[in-house]
Amino acid sequence: MQAVKTARFFPICGERRRPWKEPGLSFYDSYSAVLVATIAGIILVGTAVIAAKLLAPFGRERGKDVSYECGMLPIGSNWSQVHVRYYLLAILFLIFDVETVFIFPWAVTFIDFPKYVFYEMLVFIGVLGLGLAYAWRRGVLEWGR
Amino acid sequence: MALEGFGPAFAFWLLSAITLISAGGVMMARNLLHAVLFLIVTFIGVAGFFILLSAEFIAMAQVVIYVGAVAVLILFAILLTPRSARDNSETVWGAPAALLSIALAAVLIFVIHDTAWSETNSFQAPSVEDLGRALLSTWVLPFQLASVLLTAALIGAIMLVRSPEEEAEDALS
Repeated sequence: MQAVKTARFFPICGERRRPWKEPGLSFYDSYSAVLVATIAGIILVGTAVIAAKLLAPFGRERGKDVSYECGMLPIGSNWSQVHVRYYLLAILFLIFDVETVFIFPWAVTFIDFPKYVFYEMLVFIGVLGLGLAYAWRRGVLEWGR
Repeated sequence: MALEGFGPAFAFWLLSAITLISAGGVMMARNLLHAVLFLIVTFIGVAGFFILLSAEFIAMAQVVIYVGAVAVLILFAILLTPRSARDNSETVWGAPAALLSIALAAVLIFVIHDTAWSETNSFQAPSVEDLGRALLSTWVLPFQLASVLLTAALIGAIMLVRSPEEEAEDALS
């Protein structure tokens, strides 16, 4: 009954399709689509790059390398050190990425479980939410400072 | 689900080639940013190996965490380092690094040969559902502790990158 109810609202949750469990299909057969998509992607990008190399005219002169061809000449090195705040944002991104990985197995199973499992995940997200609130209060998420 | 037939064998050699060539590219690339791009290809190749071992969830985690986040972290670390503008030049550490690699490879090969690998013909890889079930019943405490660990990492990162002015403000308050 529960499965039928959820299946109506979330068609993807109802009857879980496992192609590799069907007779005649192996686990890897379901991944042949990934292989086809990869080859198609390589061909797509490869033809674009090769066609540009073959068809587009290329002029080689010193002025080509300047950032603004009709502007002021740039001075100094093209390397500039970025602010450490970018690194902090990358770490924040990494932490919430790991959270996503934990949410994923929960999301596919919590319907079959009693209700408290839902709140278990709320606690999990809540603890990380506290960390985010702390970061917010410290002004980490603000740019102009 | 054994590694039999043309498809899995072909995939194995193809993934091996991609992973090894891109790993070599990480070492050979003169530009550090190119090295990071090669590293991303290596990560994707390793994710392919996980799928070949029917560990779909680990493959997903590999792509999401390593390709998605760790690569970005390394990129920013390079952009933050002032001296990294001087490309990936020759260093005096080449010979010690080679020695260390050979020693590490020897240890790994020894362990792989020494381990009694159990073989089975009827293996059902655990699905993401099985993983979620275990995570929410038996291992619920480590699961919750993981969130505390992640929060500690978050707060630690914020503490590390404070500017001197902020330190002074905290000392006053």
